[in-house]
Amino acid sequence: MPELTNKERMAIPRQPMPEQDPEARSRNFEEVNLGLTEELARMEAERCIRCPKPLCIAGCPVEVKIPEFIELIAVGDFAGAAAKLKEDNSLPAICGRVCPQEEQCEIKCVVGKKNEPVAIGRLERFAADWERVNLGIQAPKVAESTGKKIAIVGGGPAGLSCAGDLVQWGYDVTVFEALHEIGGVLVYGIPEFRLPKSIVKAEVEGLEKLGVKFQTNYVVGMTETVDEMLEHFDAVFLGVGAGLPYFMNIPGEHLIGVYSANEFLTRVNLMKAYDFPNYDTPMIDVHGKNVAVIGGGNTAMDAVRTALRLGASRAVIVYRRSEAEMPARIEEIHHAKEEGVEFMLLHSPLELKGDENGWLTSMVLQKMELGEPDDSGRRRPVPIEGAVEEMPVSVVVVAIGNGSNPIIHRTTPDLAVNKWGNIVVDGDTMKTNKKGVFAGGDIVTGGATVILAMGAGRTAAKAIHEYLQNPETW
Amino acid sequence: MNKIIEANFQAPDVKFFRIEAPHVARKRKAGQFIILRVDEFGERIPLTIADSDAENGTISIIVQGIGKTTKKLNTLEAGDYVRDLVGPLGTPSHVENFGTAVSIGGGVGTAIAYPTAVALKEAGNRVISIIGGRSKEYVILENEMKQICDEVYPTTDDGSYGYHGFVTGKLQELIDEGKKIDFVLAIGPIPMMKAVAEVTRPYGIKTVVSLNPIMVDGTGMCGGCRAIVDGEPVFVCVEGPEFDAHKVDFDVLTSRNRTYILQEKKALESFHECKLEKKIDEAVVEQKSAEEVTHA
Repeated sequence: MPELTNKERMAIPRQPMPEQDPEARSRNFEEVNLGLTEELARMEAERCIRCPKPLCIAGCPVEVKIPEFIELIAVGDFAGAAAKLKEDNSLPAICGRVCPQEEQCEIKCVVGKKNEPVAIGRLERFAADWERVNLGIQAPKVAESTGKKIAIVGGGPAGLSCAGDLVQWGYDVTVFEALHEIGGVLVYGIPEFRLPKSIVKAEVEGLEKLGVKFQTNYVVGMTETVDEMLEHFDAVFLGVGAGLPYFMNIPGEHLIGVYSANEFLTRVNLMKAYDFPNYDTPMIDVHGKNVAVIGGGNTAMDAVRTALRLGASRAVIVYRRSEAEMPARIEEIHHAKEEGVEFMLLHSPLELKGDENGWLTSMVLQKMELGEPDDSGRRRPVPIEGAVEEMPVSVVVVAIGNGSNPIIHRTTPDLAVNKWGNIVVDGDTMKTNKKGVFAGGDIVTGGATVILAMGAGRTAAKAIHEYLQNPETW
Repeated sequence: MNKIIEANFQAPDVKFFRIEAPHVARKRKAGQFIILRVDEFGERIPLTIADSDAENGTISIIVQGIGKTTKKLNTLEAGDYVRDLVGPLGTPSHVENFGTAVSIGGGVGTAIAYPTAVALKEAGNRVISIIGGRSKEYVILENEMKQICDEVYPTTDDGSYGYHGFVTGKLQELIDEGKKIDFVLAIGPIPMMKAVAEVTRPYGIKTVVSLNPIMVDGTGMCGGCRAIVDGEPVFVCVEGPEFDAHKVDFDVLTSRNRTYILQEKKALESFHECKLEKKIDEAVVEQKSAEEVTHA
């Protein structure tokens, strides 16, 4: 393609993401977004106006060199684009799928001021997928060994990105994971239709190629304490993720049929309960039943769309505020609606009722209206007096967030945590109060996003590298 | 992958395993459990650690074959492997010198009570053990208990061995005899633990039970194991598994443990069919090879 003027670039419309048909996909677990073709990707890449001072990079928690990799796609050097991405992001195929780009890089895109922003996330996914399919995952060059050993606790996004950087800088890195598979929320939480497990596996194998060692079935705190690890590792990074799921503290939450989103999604994703009895892990049969998911975040959307795919006749989001306040990505809400998910907005559960055998049968809901803004800046939901209704329901999935996991801080008494049990760190370095110990991701921030955890992992990697140059200082 | 070093049946459907797990053996304390997965299709099930040997890097578990997973596990022999094993999990038993402690085990629960009985003895308690079983062949670990306890009373439901009746009957008898009991640990089927709690409640005897809810991750992430204790929800995998028996809502535990009863039945049926098919296949293969030999 000849060099385009900015005016010409601005005239190209944002290229649509090919998707599975909503009717078909609402009953299968295959990926919804099919990915851009080479033609669509190159056309989309031409929309980037190559700003001299690109703002998009600052919007990215791991500061991917966005205009550079996009330009490589535009000229058809897809392998080069993937390599450029991997200079800053060890898991591009994952981030291209699950990052909230619309709030990060794409919101800063200058093209977006007038038209729709450049589809950075889709291009990232394209380059990473192209490399994996056509070349296999390529391992970047690794620096000479430093002879220093680092323990990464938790095989989720924070730990993997931290490991990815440190191994490239010549460190001997071992990732310790409590579950039997590496990936953390990427394998137990995010469903196959949004992030195929084969993609996670391939990216983890890419890290393995670089030399990262993985130890599954290892609960740090229980199997080995942080203090014991410090005896044979030069530094420890704690990226153990969020912990105990919150429940609503309303009557009836012990009834059979009430799941936390963590449990519901783990049974389906990690344990493959949708393929019972070929896989041994069971779950309550939701065929032809009503399933209500409480909450308005991405996890709630994942759970409700999973319920549909498991055969629920009605899959309903119950959220106490309005759609404008929902923390889920717009794309996820849109996909859910297309697939037939119902939204009961401004409804708040009051009570769960069950039969004599302890099985959930219905949910009592309080209708709400929006009042004045609260501390979060969102309009506070206020109950409408007397407006109470009851809906029949067989399964309720509670997706209202997670508290912190107590295992690390109980077994590491001198590690500073805040009143919610989240580990306290220096925001610039992710250093904890304990020498040689760094932390990042949900265990520090509370429930957040994959890319924020990855950003924290990279920040920590940098700080670990600096610390190990000069270990006397802390 | 963890290698099975030793495997043998202790009672009908009750199998003892010694498994290589050096990391777990090194840290494990009485009352803690592991989660294991038999194979790549397997579910994650919690099993309390019966014993451990840090020097040799092994742990012991005793498994009662009830559902598909435990029955599949019980087909494994020494030299076989389990796919995944993680631990130790849960909060260790709270052990102190209470005075006189009674350890009650119902069926395979005796295996779970055993390590805590050892710890209670080591802490200076006078330890009485009641070992319950349906009939004589279900009374397990009697010799092991005899080595560490001051008194051991086997009981059987059918009277085929020891005291004729439930463990609660024997416990009541000991109380009625005027034995001063300061602490009771009761581990076994839920109805047994509930009944023991009711026996000791009027006397105000501190009583601890080990709960066995459904779990997935075992580290506090899924919340599936939540039980009601003292009117409040608790996550058994991190707060327990041991709790004050007088505060546990056993009815909620019983009902929640029935969540997958239909699926469990289906899984067991398909497992039996599978085993049957395998047997038929093996028979066919044997017959074929026999024919081949004849033809040769």
